[in-house]
Amino acid sequence: MKYIDEFRDPAKARKLVDEIHKLAATEPLAERSRSQPLQIMEFCGGHTHTLFKYGIESMLPANIEMVHGPGCPVCVLPMARVDDCVAIAEQPGVIFTTFGDAMRVPGTRKSLLQAKADGCDVRMVYSPMDALALARKHSDREVVFFALGFETTMPSTALTLLQAHREGLKNFSLFCNHITTPATMRAILTDPDLKLDGFLAPGHVSMVIGTQPYDFVTRDYHKPLVITGFEPLDILQAMWMLVKQIAEGRCEVENQYARIVPQAGNVAGLKAIHEVYETREHSEFRGLGNIGDAGIQIREAYVAYDAEKKFGLQAAASSHDPEHLKCAEVLRGVMKPWECPAFGKECNPQTPLGALMVSPEGSCAAYYAYGKLAKRKEAV
Amino acid sequence: MNLTGSITLAHGSGGRAMHQLVDDLIRQTFTNPLLAEGEDQARIPLAELTATGDRLAFTTDSYVVTPLEFPGGNIGTLAINGTVNDLAVGGATPLYLSCGFIIEEGLELATFVRILQAMKLAADEAGVQIVTGDTKVVQRGGADRLFINTAGVGVIPAGFNPSAGRAQPGDVVIVNGWLGDHGAAILNARGDLALDADIETDCAPLNRLVDAMFTACPDIHCLRDATRGGLATVLNEFAERSGVDFMLKEEHLPIRTPVRGMCEILGLDPLYLANEGKLVAVVPADAAQAVLDAMKRIPEGCDACIIGAVVEGGGHVILQTAFGGERIVDMLPGEQLPRIC
Repeated sequence: MKYIDEFRDPAKARKLVDEIHKLAATEPLAERSRSQPLQIMEFCGGHTHTLFKYGIESMLPANIEMVHGPGCPVCVLPMARVDDCVAIAEQPGVIFTTFGDAMRVPGTRKSLLQAKADGCDVRMVYSPMDALALARKHSDREVVFFALGFETTMPSTALTLLQAHREGLKNFSLFCNHITTPATMRAILTDPDLKLDGFLAPGHVSMVIGTQPYDFVTRDYHKPLVITGFEPLDILQAMWMLVKQIAEGRCEVENQYARIVPQAGNVAGLKAIHEVYETREHSEFRGLGNIGDAGIQIREAYVAYDAEKKFGLQAAASSHDPEHLKCAEVLRGVMKPWECPAFGKECNPQTPLGALMVSPEGSCAAYYAYGKLAKRKEAV
Repeated sequence: MNLTGSITLAHGSGGRAMHQLVDDLIRQTFTNPLLAEGEDQARIPLAELTATGDRLAFTTDSYVVTPLEFPGGNIGTLAINGTVNDLAVGGATPLYLSCGFIIEEGLELATFVRILQAMKLAADEAGVQIVTGDTKVVQRGGADRLFINTAGVGVIPAGFNPSAGRAQPGDVVIVNGWLGDHGAAILNARGDLALDADIETDCAPLNRLVDAMFTACPDIHCLRDATRGGLATVLNEFAERSGVDFMLKEEHLPIRTPVRGMCEILGLDPLYLANEGKLVAVVPADAAQAVLDAMKRIPEGCDACIIGAVVEGGGHVILQTAFGGERIVDMLPGEQLPRIC
């Protein structure tokens, strides 16, 4: 298939892998990583997905270790927010709309999928515009869209809200749970437990925000960073660029995904975001705790479309995962999924206790399948 | 009978309206000698059954699908072919079907007639007869327009014994063509994706194909139609029941470009998409070419190909990606859900 297969070419991959191996074997990189492997964090869950889907980690040199970051909006969603979704969906007359993969995330009481089975009108949509169409069609119902995600999905929700405003729709609102990438990265960089050597930065987020918002990573924290796409050759090329930076002692923001990511980002999208949204002083992330300026809320001017206000939700209700679940440690990359006592036992893809086991982009779900493969190889 | 308007509760009341619906419409459409006897049950001569095999195959399936009609077929074609295929993949020659309708009041008569005609056509094509049935009409909200149940019987010739637990290391895995068409066609027909894709269901009877396969190799080890849950689910059942691993080669999987494209956009995996005219066969390696040749001579098998092999292992399905890596193709915990971004 055009524009897909070119980026999955095994011969080109082999070349890149060879080059990465060569770089990793050169001094002083080899010397440095003898005591501890180089730790590269792929921030975005989409990248984690690609790593597992194509078995990329097994192609990398032994002295390079991937640390799976928290860039999966479903994974960092606190259970209390799922409870809020269910509470809204349970209001009479509400049609609660959401992207598909948020349906299965467990709340403290139930998931949206269970709420639907219990009689709530919860509908899976493919775009916030679908939710808006429902609002037009059912003028006697309250249609709420669960606005979730990093900057990737923010332009579409912002533009949908502006469209609702233009049309004067009174029965449409957003339950805003957007979060921003740079602030979340900053929280990771200030974590004393983490010893990262560099970042692969998300491609689609960067398509919206551009390259400049990452400057602080190199300037203030001296970690090299490469923005990359989601095909396996994208990831390998970005790995090569990143390892090359480290080997040459450089520390820059580089853009491997230039075919999609303009330096200035998506200007029209950013304008809509700034028109509709502002940062929250504090917002809770599952596993990462409270992060300042990372959460997003709807500006006062558009309060009529803010489901949080419309349904009188208590802002930032806090919820804690059961103590023996190590979601937080796994999310921050300081613990591997299999080191959690619940992994593969009480917490598995059929009965996920933590969101990392729910989403296909979550590292626990990925390791659950990958672990089976590893076991099989040991047996052979 | 007047075929305008819609079906009402009166059509299920036991009175004249019901007689019109059942006698003038359903019986007339499905017409055959056993049905024409008009008794409360079909009376099937045993001699005819025992002459062709040594076991009776008996299966049932219920059909619920939204929308009722979609490119390449409707719920009626599914209800016939689905049950015919469930019999066929057991090695049976499908013979007789029952048919139960649960109709929500308000279903347009014209739609119902189109579905009945599609069922008759599918039954004729598969060489089976609908010999008994039942019709109920429920209040609005009691069903989603139309549910159909069909049960079927067939006869299994002596010596045919495909089973999910018989895969052995060295066996070869064969499918009869493009995967995921039905699942993709239904997703597309629901219309909420606004994708401009030209995808039809693959719904087809597989009994003639299975017949040709058994003629080429009476010792087919495993045979299933890859319906709900797709190829991945069937192979996981085989792997688990047989205690072996399945090795698939990604570049050998036949998936149409529009189906692949749709899956790329939505973050779905075509290996889990439903098929309604696809079977998966596990055959001894030395018979693989003969089976393949026999399949290619039948229209439902003209795109047949080998997609992988059985190896020793602990019950896993493993995909060797075109990229050079390997990944486990596990059973899904639930429905596939499109990703956020």
